[in-house]
Amino acid sequence: MLTFTIRRLLLSIPTLLFIAFVIFMLLELAPGDPMAQMPLTIPPEVKEKMRLALGLGEPWWVRFPLWLKQFFIVEPQYWIDSAFGTNFADGAQRIISFQSRSPVFDTIAQRMPQTLWVVGMSYVVGVLIALPIGIISAYRQYSVFDQTGTFVSMIGFSVPPFFSGVLLIVIFSVQLKWLPSIYDTTHVVNSWDSFVVQLRQMIMPVMVLALQTTAQVSRYMRASMLDNLTQDYVRTARAKGMSESVVVMKHVLRNSMIPVITVIALGIPAIFGGAIITEQIFKVNGLGQLLIIALQGNDIPMVMTITFLLAVLIVMMNLIADVLYGILDPRIRYD
Amino acid sequence: MPDGTTPVLDVQDLKTVFRTRGGEVHAVNDVSFSLRKGELLGVVGESGSGKSVTMMSLLGLLPVPPAEIRGGRVMFDGQDLLQIPAKTLREVRGGKIGFVFQDPMTSLNPVFTVGYQIAEPLRKHMGLSKKAAAVRSRELLELVGIPDAEQRLLDYPHQFSGGMRQRVMIAIALACDPQVLIADEPTTALDVTIQAQILELMKELRDKLGMAVIWITHDLGVIAGIADRVMVMYGGQVVEHAPVHDLFSNPKHPYTTALLKTIPSIAGERAARLTVIDGQPPLVVGPPTACPFRDRCAQAMPVCATKVPSRYDVGDGHDAACFLVDPLEVAHAG
Ligand SMILES: Nc1ncnc2c1ncn2[C@@H]1O[C@H](COP(=O)(O)OP(=O)(O)O)[C@@H](O)[C@H]1O
Ligand SMILES: [Mg+2]
Repeated sequence: MLTFTIRRLLLSIPTLLFIAFVIFMLLELAPGDPMAQMPLTIPPEVKEKMRLALGLGEPWWVRFPLWLKQFFIVEPQYWIDSAFGTNFADGAQRIISFQSRSPVFDTIAQRMPQTLWVVGMSYVVGVLIALPIGIISAYRQYSVFDQTGTFVSMIGFSVPPFFSGVLLIVIFSVQLKWLPSIYDTTHVVNSWDSFVVQLRQMIMPVMVLALQTTAQVSRYMRASMLDNLTQDYVRTARAKGMSESVVVMKHVLRNSMIPVITVIALGIPAIFGGAIITEQIFKVNGLGQLLIIALQGNDIPMVMTITFLLAVLIVMMNLIADVLYGILDPRIRYD
Repeated sequence: MPDGTTPVLDVQDLKTVFRTRGGEVHAVNDVSFSLRKGELLGVVGESGSGKSVTMMSLLGLLPVPPAEIRGGRVMFDGQDLLQIPAKTLREVRGGKIGFVFQDPMTSLNPVFTVGYQIAEPLRKHMGLSKKAAAVRSRELLELVGIPDAEQRLLDYPHQFSGGMRQRVMIAIALACDPQVLIADEPTTALDVTIQAQILELMKELRDKLGMAVIWITHDLGVIAGIADRVMVMYGGQVVEHAPVHDLFSNPKHPYTTALLKTIPSIAGERAARLTVIDGQPPLVVGPPTACPFRDRCAQAMPVCATKVPSRYDVGDGHDAACFLVDPLEVAHAG
């Protein structure tokens, strides 16, 4: 298992380099000018100088390796330096945003907590709701509970967050005035009351994202449970005199979780993608919103870095899913 | 080695149906039989004749829809297994009655170790501690002839061969010293040499532990060597029932006669054997109204299409459900 993990980690390096290259070239070839938003009064010579100052004078085969070096060497050096007070980076140039002129990673570090709170929380909530729904739906197949679950997850699948989000805002913020429509990122949780405020502003974005997760994961859980409930080993467990709870929650669940865990791991990058839209709707200034603003402003280093981080997340989650599969299923031996 | 006449298990008029889209499949029709202490009862019949459904009905192991037990009594230990509460029934399952299923490749849970799966009934029914259960599990593996038992307890089912897995299944069924062991075609999925080994093991264990055994098979040849009594099933009914020697030397039902002709002289003739009786076993939709075997029977008479034959006694614990031995019909003909 360990050798497998190491081998997969090593293999993911060329994969990620290739992905980085593709993203870089896509951004390179895409139309759009980082100078486009500068006031028209700036004379062309000055604009040209600014362009050179941003490093845009160099051809891509110089800029791409430079970005790689900054991403993989300079930035980690800076983190180590700031954590341990060392001086590895030695003033080397970090990845700088075209728009804010500050290091890309500083901005990302500021925005990350908002996204993690909303996205992470919604995923955890979504999965925790989905698992029991899937289990009960399968155990009581075609019951009223199961039919309701099927209906709700159909809605979760088919209604996009930009619709369900706006719908929730209209109902709960505009009409009922129960919940705030805008996520206040400056809010600090330091007491019970402020915690309640935080909860209230998180409810809607979390629900919108969780609905999707719940819909998906509960379907997978149900299907996987149904697959296993009819297996011969279930009959064996019953013939041994095991109670229904042991049969279902131990024998069947343990087998059913194997594919579901994979789905859960692979769903993590997807939910970050979904957050891009949800953050826009609820005005959460997290990574999703940062990416949209960077795209609009042709802020290539920012777009490149966020997109690549997402790619890293996808590759890593794939790896984790495979490793978990091997841990959970004794029949699988990777080495 | 049957000791006298006390039945440990007594089944009367068991009826099981499946509600399906195509109608009600009457899979078990008024099946009655009893099992004496220490006896080995063989149950034979082509596949689809209702052997498995009968045995699973006894212990409530069928999925409840589509299955439905329409009637009958299953007396065991002074109580009717069809009436007792689920909790009491679970104490019987795996505790007092052990079950071995046909396919050892799928009957064990792939994600738990063999040791865990043997220990489960021990801990539940006998209340053993983890440690005591581990010791007993090892003994059981040794009992069923698995070498290196201590080590193998930690292995998962996929690390065992088919024959070894069936031994594990037998160990699980025997774990709590059951009074009755029901083995549903335990060797069908195995190859011939392994079949012989498992058969040998079962004979040995029965002598050693003295439990009563119901051995289901579609192979009369297997039955000849081990059974005390034999029950032949067809179309969800018991068509003939006799002490083993009687059945082989003096079969009364045309179906039994046909089955006997199919026993291969050497084990290699399996493929040929299965096609010897012409025609297909019936799918019993709706309650039976006639002899199920009449369409394939060379000696069918007009009466066979009009009613279901009951089991007529032909002496010495031998009975057959055939109008050929119906005293009334015989009188008519004579
Ligand atoms: N789940 C089910 N639904 C409908 N019919 C079934 C089901 N299980 C078994 N049967 C029917 O019951 C009959 C007896 O099956 P079974 O007891 O498995 O035969 P066998 O003698 O081979 O063990 C068959 O005709 C089969 O079609
Ligand atoms: Mg069967």
